[in-house]
Amino acid sequence: MNFTNFGRYLLLLKAVFRRPEKFKIYLQAIFKQMDFIGVGSLGLIAIISTFIGAVMTLQIAFQLVSDFIPKTIIGSVNRDSTILELSPTISAIVLAGKIGSAISSEIGTMRVSEQIDALEIMGINSPGYLILPKIIAGITMVPLLVIVSMFLSITGGYLGGTLSGAITPADYMQGITTDFNPYTITVSLVKAFVFGFIITSVPAYEGFYVKGGALEVAQASTRAVVVSCISILACDYIVTQLLL
Amino acid sequence: MIEIKDIYKSFGDNEVLKGISGKFKPGVTNLIIGGSGSGKTTLLKCMIGLHQPEKGTVEYDDREFTTMNFEERIQIRKEIGMLFQGSALFDSMTVEENIMFPLNMFTEQSRKEKLERVNFCLERVNLEGKNKLFPAELSGGMKKRVGIARAIAMNPKYLFVDEPNSGLDPKTSIVIDELIKELTEEYNTTTIVVTHDMNSVMGIGDYIIFLHEGKKFWEGSNKEIAHTDVQELNDFVFASRFMKAAKGKF
Repeated sequence: MNFTNFGRYLLLLKAVFRRPEKFKIYLQAIFKQMDFIGVGSLGLIAIISTFIGAVMTLQIAFQLVSDFIPKTIIGSVNRDSTILELSPTISAIVLAGKIGSAISSEIGTMRVSEQIDALEIMGINSPGYLILPKIIAGITMVPLLVIVSMFLSITGGYLGGTLSGAITPADYMQGITTDFNPYTITVSLVKAFVFGFIITSVPAYEGFYVKGGALEVAQASTRAVVVSCISILACDYIVTQLLL
Repeated sequence: MIEIKDIYKSFGDNEVLKGISGKFKPGVTNLIIGGSGSGKTTLLKCMIGLHQPEKGTVEYDDREFTTMNFEERIQIRKEIGMLFQGSALFDSMTVEENIMFPLNMFTEQSRKEKLERVNFCLERVNLEGKNKLFPAELSGGMKKRVGIARAIAMNPKYLFVDEPNSGLDPKTSIVIDELIKELTEEYNTTTIVVTHDMNSVMGIGDYIIFLHEGKKFWEGSNKEIAHTDVQELNDFVFASRFMKAAKGKF
């Protein structure tokens, strides 16, 4: 995103947060988007998180082959890595691909087929009507998905570790409960909140300013995913630096 | 009445509109005609605020639109109905939801009242009973008619129509043209139609502005259009073989 695009992005956000014409209609749109972003992504997040948790346990066990290091460390490392980094960041990147491309192509198609013009002619604040429900759904549902992801990733670690014999159930349980710092959950949820905003607002921006036809909509969709992923990683670093 | 004064609009170095003026009266069908690239759609978009002209003004019943802020424009836009070239129906909504959308947004009517209004509009465009269909299930002509139904749902004072006949067969085109004319007279709306279709020009053109290379070359009615000595207009009007053959009969 160059400076011109960033400026236009900020101006779009200003328009997004104008007072809604009718709260009831916006509320319906928010619930619809929550269903799409939250419920619709639950299966994907569950599968990815469980497998990442299982693989993480096996890899940590593979690397920590020393008699001086207790096996419980496997559970602790898996827990902290999952909560602080893997669950929020991997979930966000996966969601940027799934939701970001959908948002960008939906809004982009509306732009090229003059549906956004139709909204504006009716006197509706089109950025608000189209984008605000998506952003609200994003910043509420992504943290919830990340909570589910944390739980399933740690559970996946337990299953992967115990089924393969890399760690005993008792060692794993002791590992994930020893020296637990609840602040890591706060950091993770702040990240999820920021990522939820990026996943919805950046693709919406890319779609909203599409010019042309089907090819440009597809290009905007690809750009939306790429820019979202880079923004997620950059914000991941910034939030980590600020909060830890 | 809508009055435009000295409208200029450029895209980069390309000057598309070069000082267009005109008055569009209520109760008659006003047409903006011209060849491709003459600036018709750009002029329409300047009039409804989708483009901001560099110079010139647009007045809706003496209310200057071009200098209004966002909230003031919204008040004017609530009085505008528009049929887009591609109909611009919302894909995710049924016909009924499309027509009900502006009512949901801007009125406090009960669901029963809104449904009555939707059914009235659908009846008016001869699409009774098509409430539950999605835009993807409609033909081009039906989409245009749903677009008209949505445009009139709020009883607009001003009706804008962009290329109503594009992609339609001649018979359906005439049906759409007649519907636009009927609605204009029935509700005394200020209707502005952008077209290059000579059937529309001869059929419903009460007041016509002819644009060529971004300038207004001629204005008048469909009764006068075939008897002018403006070369650019004659080239446009009598471009088709049919019009050439019928030249002496108007």
